[in-house]
Formats: sequence, structure tokens, C-alpha cells
Amino acid sequence: MEFNLQPLGDNSVIIELGEDISRDIQQKVKKVSSFLEQQSFDWMVEYVPGFTTVAVFYDPCKIEAKTLPYDEVCEELSAHLEKLAVEEGAEPRIVEIPVCYGGEFGPDLEEVAERNDLTPEEVIDIHSNGEYIVYMIGFAPGFPYIGGMDERIAAPRRKNPRLKIPAGSVGIAGKQTGVYPIETPGGWQLIGKTPRKLFLPEGETPSLLQAGDQIKFVPISVEEFQSWEEKEND
Amino acid sequence: MIKITKPGLLTSVQDFGRYGFQKYGVIASGVMDSTAHRIANLLVGNDENEATLELTLLGPDMTFTEDTLISICGGNLSPSVDGKPVKLWRSVLVKAGSKLKFGGCKTGCRAYLAVAGGFDLPEVMNSKSTYIRAGIGGFNGKPLQTDDELQLGKPSEFADQITKGLAAELDGQKFAEMQWTIASEFTSTAASKPKVRVMKGRQYDWFTHESQMKLFTESFEVTSQSDRMGYRLKGPELQLEKEQEMLSEAVNFGTIQVPSEGNPIVLLADRQTTGGYPKIGQIATVDLPIMAQLKPGDKVQFTEVSHEVAQQLYLDREKQLHQLKQGISLKIKQELK
Repeated sequence: MEFNLQPLGDNSVIIELGEDISRDIQQKVKKVSSFLEQQSFDWMVEYVPGFTTVAVFYDPCKIEAKTLPYDEVCEELSAHLEKLAVEEGAEPRIVEIPVCYGGEFGPDLEEVAERNDLTPEEVIDIHSNGEYIVYMIGFAPGFPYIGGMDERIAAPRRKNPRLKIPAGSVGIAGKQTGVYPIETPGGWQLIGKTPRKLFLPEGETPSLLQAGDQIKFVPISVEEFQSWEEKEND
Repeated sequence: MIKITKPGLLTSVQDFGRYGFQKYGVIASGVMDSTAHRIANLLVGNDENEATLELTLLGPDMTFTEDTLISICGGNLSPSVDGKPVKLWRSVLVKAGSKLKFGGCKTGCRAYLAVAGGFDLPEVMNSKSTYIRAGIGGFNGKPLQTDDELQLGKPSEFADQITKGLAAELDGQKFAEMQWTIASEFTSTAASKPKVRVMKGRQYDWFTHESQMKLFTESFEVTSQSDRMGYRLKGPELQLEKEQEMLSEAVNFGTIQVPSEGNPIVLLADRQTTGGYPKIGQIATVDLPIMAQLKPGDKVQFTEVSHEVAQQLYLDREKQLHQLKQGISLKIKQELK
């Protein structure tokens, strides 16, 4: 695997794996991430994937080096990374996210439809039939940066951001779609809401989604939303 | 137990932070000034990572319901027990029923209050740090409020020795302080315009030559839009050579990023896990405590340091802190004889 190493401060190194957002580079990011997950170096504190990079944070005091700890970290990482290769035909994990579109859950659905000369039903149809990939988790706990939204339903951010967007809201900002894991202020156009929890602070992994996952949005009714919600809260 | 009678401006439970979960978007949190936090813990016989209270500008008022060994390090927020000033950077035994109050902020911005045995609070994702926005960690996931009651953990044997020694000196007073304190290299908080060492950031080359020069020659002011997440600075505008889109990637404690309007933001303890603004610089870890003690209106001067030197400084500082740790235990044992 081809890569570049660069410092991100005096306690971290960033592994560069490409230049632009693509499935190929995403798979390399995922490969490196799962390697770091399994290979627990003594000196590693944690790793953080980005769109085209993986940052590795380390404890410089835990490295026995004749020279700089950074040089030793680079040497050890390189020896392993050179041998890594993305397997052909590796299938992503598919995560279904049920969404109740429109109504009080999606107050901006009609505006998104009007902007694009579509009916609200057509927006739902296009949104729930897309093939989405989670490129990375960031911005907020469990918040997925999702690629793959159909540009026919793109819509600019709201001029007046809302002070409170409820957790679970599904929105559109420009050519991106996303789901809010926790209540937060924000300017996204809200088209629906999921009853599934994306941020699970008590769980073994605190995020429902992980980089590399494939997402499927499944339209549900208000009644289905309510029974899902009860199940999630059990 | 400690009972909070006035919350102060922003008082929260923090330890070194929540590591290993940034890949899930969970921010690290943790103390802003790790040196003051560590020393406060050492002075009460705690593990360096035990949670302390981080107090900001205006400290809280609190009552101790039992005799408690405490230590206050970092910025001087004018602490006093039942009206009498208490010294910073030393072990202090406070009698049951005493009231600890804080007055004006004389130096720095944040103080760390450690108690022997630490706080008896559950860890969330391996940390007691308060993550306010997600409402997790610390005391109910929130900054401390009036009437909050903090239960304390069991003090170490070393703490018990210190307590015993200081108890002998109480002599009817509300508190007794250790006569001995920490070497000034750790305790001297910020000069009027401190110098903070900065490495070139990953996108340093994207900036105009003029902006690169100005970063290291002119001074920057901390604006009122500054908090635990980051400091917005005001100074010369920093411009990119040409408009360039950046893809979000990990950021670090002390990353200096520049949004398109040109005013830099220094990312701190509550930073997001990833960022999409070009990074012009990265503060050397050893100088983060200086940055963390700056308050709105304060000025700072950045000076350039290489990545190699910054890492060497990091190792040297850890060695010093390790020696300090041994020094404290030696010194206190001598005092107690």
C-alpha cells in the first residue's frame, strides 16, 4: 500500500493515503484502521480516521528510541503498512436506518422538494434509494460523514440555523446528507427523523456507525417510529 | 463530602481526558492545564490522572463536611478558607465545616482543586472528564451547580501521612498548609505577553509568505469568543496563497487552524475530533499549559520550533515531572519527621 507519513504535532503522526474522496481511498483508510485496531502497539494512544488519512496518536515516553520517538514510530508503522493491501471484493457492513420522513420530524421536506421541482414523495423515494457510504465519524459523537447522495435532492443550508435540532434528525446540507446523533444547533434542512440511537455512550462501541459502513435509509410510518423508539429505550 | 454553595463561572470535573474514542467522534475533553492538574494531584497523594475540579476565572464556594486534604494549583483565583487566604501549589488540610471561597482572578485563568482520594464518580468510557455537550462524564455530565454534593474517594496511605503531619499543626485553626512548595519552573504562570512555541502546521505552505512571517513575528490577542473548545485569536489576518478545499482530518490539542476570514483558532481540550480548516501551526505540547492559562484580552507571541526540538522538549518535561514526583514524596516525608 502506498502512503506518506507526516507529524501532526509532537505526539502524533498522520498517515496520508490519497488526495480525494473516493471508494478506493476509503477502503485503504478502512484497511489501515482495522490493522491498527488489531495491532495494539504499546506506544499507541489511539487512531483517528479522516477522509483520506489516519492519524495515530502516541505516547513519546513509551518508545525506546536511540533517536526521536517519531522516527521509531514511523519505522514501525512503515514496516507494517508496506505489507498491507486492500482485499478485492470486501463487502461493507450494511446498516439500516429507519426514517419517518416529513411532518413534525421533517419540517423542511416540502422546501427541499419545491427547490428541486419534486414532490415530497419523490424526495423520500430518491433519499431512501441511495447507496450511501460512511466516510468518517466526526463533528459530533457518532456523526457520520456520508457520501453518495443524489444531487437531485440537494439543498443549501438554512439561512437561520436552528438553535436546537433534536437527536435523530435526518437532514440535507448542500450535496450531503447526515443524521444528528445528539441535540445540537445546526443549519441543515431537516427531512425526517430516525428512532435509532447513533450515539451509545454506555455501549461497547459508542457509535452505531463506523467508517466504511454502507447505510440504507428505510421509510417508516409514525406508528412504526413510535414502536421502534420504545424498543430502543428498553 | 464537598457541598457546592455557589457554582462559579465554569467549574467541572476533569482528568487527562477520554482517549480511544475519538474515532467515534467522541471528543477527548480533559484538563486544559495538565501540568497544574498533575501537580495538584501529587500534592494530595493521588495518581496523576485522578479527576480534579477545573475552576475558571470566578471560582466556586464550597463547604467541606469532613477534614479534607486538598491542593490548589494553576491560576491564582484568590482562594480563602473562612476568610483567610490559602496558598497555591502546596498540600493544605481543611477542617470539617470550613468554607472554601474564591475571589478575583489575579493570575492565569484556571485553577485545579485536587482532593485526597479524588472524587467518587463513575468513569464513562474510561474517564471522569465532563463532556458538557453530550451530557456525559463528570458530575451528571454537567458543570457543577449549587447544592451539588461530591462524594470523595479513599485517600492513599501517603495522603494519610500528610494529613497526620498537618493535623499536628492545625492548632485550633481552620486549615494548615505545608510550608514547602513546588519549584518555580512549574508554578510561574504567564508573563504579560508570553511566548508560545509553535511547529509549522500541515498546511503551513498553503499560506502566503507574508502570513507565514506574521505568525511568528506579530502578537495575537485572545478574544471573548474563547472557551475550552478553542481560542479565537485576533491579530494580523492570515491568508491562503490560493483558495484550496481541504478534506476533514484529525486535529490535535494546540492545533492552530485558520478559517477563510483569516483569524486563527487554537483548538484546545474540548476540540472536535476532526477539522476541515487549514492548519498553519501546532503548539508544542510543553507550552499548552501557558496557552490554557490565557484569558480573553491577553496577548501571546508565537515563536517557531522544529518538530524534533518540540519532541525533545516533551521528553525533557516528562523527565522533570517524574523527578518532581519523587522530590515531592521525599520532601514531604522529611517535613513530617
